Amino acid sequence: MSSDAMAIRTAEAAGRPWVEILHEWVTTVDHKRLGVLYIVYALVFLVIGGIEAVIIRIQLIRPLNDFVSPQVFNRMFTMHGTTMIFFVAMPVLFGFANYLVPLMVGARDMAFPRLNAFSFWLSAFGGFLLYFSFVGGSGLYGAGNAPDVGWWAYAPLTSRAFSPGHSTDYWTIALLVSGFGSIGTAINLITTILCMRCPGMTLGRMPLLAWLNLVMSGMVLIALTPLSAAQIMLLADRYLGSHFFDTQAGGSATLWMHFFWIFGHPEVYILILPCFAFMSEIIPVFSRKPIFGYPVMVGASVCIGFVSMSVWAHHMFSIGMTSYANAFFTITTLSVGVPTGIKIFNWLGTMWGGRIQFKTPMLFSIAFLFQFLIAGLTGIMLGSAAFNWQLTGSYFVVAHFHYVIVGGILFALFGAFYYWYPKITGKMLSETLGKIHFWLFFIGFHMTFDLMHIPGLLGMPRRIYTYEPGRGWDTWNLLVTIGALIQSIATLVFVANLIISYFKGRDAGNDPWDAWTLEWSVSSPPPEYNFATIPTVASRRPLWDIKHPEDPDSRYE
Amino acid sequence: MAKNGQIEGGAVLGRVLSVLVILAGILFAAQLCLASPADHSQVPSIFDPHSGNADLLYRLSGFVLSITGLIFVVVFTLLVYVVIRFRERPTNAGREPAQVYGSNQIELAWTVIPILIVVVLFLATARVIHAIQDAPEPAEALEVTAIGHQFWWEYRFPALGVVTANELHIPVSDRAHPRPTFLKLLSADTDHSFWVPQLGGKTDLIPNHINRIWFSPQETGLFLGQCAQYCGTQHAKMLLRVSVESEEDFDAWIQAQKEPAIQDEKESAGRRVFETTACLNCHAVGGTNGTGRFGPDLTHLMSRQTIAAGAAENTPANLRLWIQNPDAIKFGSLMPAMKLSDADLDALVRYLETLK
Repeated sequence: MSSDAMAIRTAEAAGRPWVEILHEWVTTVDHKRLGVLYIVYALVFLVIGGIEAVIIRIQLIRPLNDFVSPQVFNRMFTMHGTTMIFFVAMPVLFGFANYLVPLMVGARDMAFPRLNAFSFWLSAFGGFLLYFSFVGGSGLYGAGNAPDVGWWAYAPLTSRAFSPGHSTDYWTIALLVSGFGSIGTAINLITTILCMRCPGMTLGRMPLLAWLNLVMSGMVLIALTPLSAAQIMLLADRYLGSHFFDTQAGGSATLWMHFFWIFGHPEVYILILPCFAFMSEIIPVFSRKPIFGYPVMVGASVCIGFVSMSVWAHHMFSIGMTSYANAFFTITTLSVGVPTGIKIFNWLGTMWGGRIQFKTPMLFSIAFLFQFLIAGLTGIMLGSAAFNWQLTGSYFVVAHFHYVIVGGILFALFGAFYYWYPKITGKMLSETLGKIHFWLFFIGFHMTFDLMHIPGLLGMPRRIYTYEPGRGWDTWNLLVTIGALIQSIATLVFVANLIISYFKGRDAGNDPWDAWTLEWSVSSPPPEYNFATIPTVASRRPLWDIKHPEDPDSRYE
Repeated sequence: MAKNGQIEGGAVLGRVLSVLVILAGILFAAQLCLASPADHSQVPSIFDPHSGNADLLYRLSGFVLSITGLIFVVVFTLLVYVVIRFRERPTNAGREPAQVYGSNQIELAWTVIPILIVVVLFLATARVIHAIQDAPEPAEALEVTAIGHQFWWEYRFPALGVVTANELHIPVSDRAHPRPTFLKLLSADTDHSFWVPQLGGKTDLIPNHINRIWFSPQETGLFLGQCAQYCGTQHAKMLLRVSVESEEDFDAWIQAQKEPAIQDEKESAGRRVFETTACLNCHAVGGTNGTGRFGPDLTHLMSRQTIAAGAAENTPANLRLWIQNPDAIKFGSLMPAMKLSDADLDALVRYLETLK
């Protein structure tokens, strides 16, 4: 059935001019197409942000290197951070949410399809604006340049005294515009999840992926708002003569820090919760067991959502807060470890007693568990305010958050790609290339980010374009750079796999993994309106009930 | 099909384990390197404390590392056990395992135990926060004001009437003669951060926001660090040098710094260059009409081992290059190229060399 659908689609596509196909993609309001647009857009920026990372690493391969100038280096780390957070991680996760949530809750589209398209194009325009700064950043001052204020853009470095030209404005407006896009998507996801579930799907029967995206969307609404407010205040400082962050005129640099991090820390959870969602779908299927402790998993997710709103100042332990504030943010930060630990234990509980199949999605998931454990533990170290005074601002913290973002988020995403690519395209990704990708990336990742902790412990601060020889940092930086190059090669293998498998991959069929959620009940790729008749479910695993009528889940829930 | 899956699973596991063993080896080697750095003052390791408060942080870090290390060992062992024990094998292929939905007792256990660990870690941390942040300033403490500039450090000893730059001299503070140094941290422009790992944790210098830190260094020696908060183009070459000296050496240094600049009549030509060009807009030399404060005080320039905030050694050749073309040493620093004639440049460098 799926191959028939594909054949019809291909025949249709072949017969039509490309302008018409392009027009169809640009004007689409279909959640699946918008999901694919988000994902492809994020992959393009992943490659750009990756190239920036490689430039940074080549510059740091040995002390006093002069591969790029200090200004270029400073632009590279600013653009790398901004790109990876706002134009890779956010859109790719929104893409998967867009694609999967309606299918998994048994809906035909998102609640507001046109708002959905509007949000995507806002986000896309934000990315374009950020990169246009390379051409227009200097305004009338001459050659173009990109922002070089760091991805958190601390005041007063962003004031016009220290950042002339327009590079900071492009950064500000890009984030403002894409931020509105994110808020639109969050509203859409919340409405879809709360109002569009198919008959029988109570909140307690909803797939964990929907639950986690619900919590994530709620956090987006709360966290993106102060960021947007701060960007508008910054613009007012730069052009309307206000002095919120203008320390020369009595403004406050720490005010910006609070505004930024009350966004910035929840943002980390906004990114990791959808990845928890992938894990909560992939691990059960490849362990052949239902998720362990579903109600506790839901509770822990909601708990993370609330607690993570009260931890932001752990990014600011070195700014000279009072001892009471430092103690408060220590206890809140350490507390996040409890629900997060519960999640790790529940995934282990899911695997316990199962029949674990080492398909590529599961390999990435197991690596995720291992790496997220370490990332959490270095997070505990950083959460201890006094220990943090030695660790923050150093390469240790750089290694820590890359452990979260690459070791956690990116590994989970790769798992999600291998798991849902067959549904999205109708073709299986190559397992051979997948395993090569996994092992290369795994080795490169650990070479880079395990070793990167060490120069931090030896006193190497972040964001330095070069360093003095003889401080014990040289060898570590060399090895870290080699690891980064291995990761780049692995990423190329991944991109090659995406392209080759699209044309030559094995047909997937509806349900290649013998899975249990609703998206696997329709053809691959799913038809335009997803479900010919809206399904009715009686348990958390509707397809299990169909496949095992003698022992359905609905009997136990 | 099922058999293939099993072999694949086994081979994968073997590879996982071998990679992990290699990684553990690397980390172990790293630990050894950390434990015995070749030259302590050159490697600013946080695990090589030389002051009372750095030592407090070091002990806390040991405690936190051992607890997190223990958690890692337990959970990692569980993960490896689960992956090996419950992998798909020919004997169980095709049969779905028992469908278990959860267990409230187990959930309770792995909620309560982490909460207890969090409480213990919090108490240990709060104790150190209190010991460092709420320590009263003793009467015998030395007060220093550190001002961060793009991209150098200004130090003032208000009670002693000394102003200097980039190389901080402080007395040792041993048990017999405790004399901790209390620093007041200010910024003239953007955010900076003062971080000398062997003496203590970092604290930011933020405009309009006064911070205070203190050190009680227990040994003499030179300790290195650098600005740890991104502050602009040359953040990387805003280096810190703190020289911890015996009581006598420190007092002698203060006495020398209090003197006005040496007036050597032989180098009056160079002094005239200093006083008649833009130099004096930014730099001060005690006893001349140069009183600028945008750049480092040069009254006792030759008592410093480095120039340009540690970016180059303080040699006549480097001084000449620095005045002629600062970008060659520190691209993007706020020192302008002075565009002097060779004769003036030579005279000026000879004059600066008299500022001992």
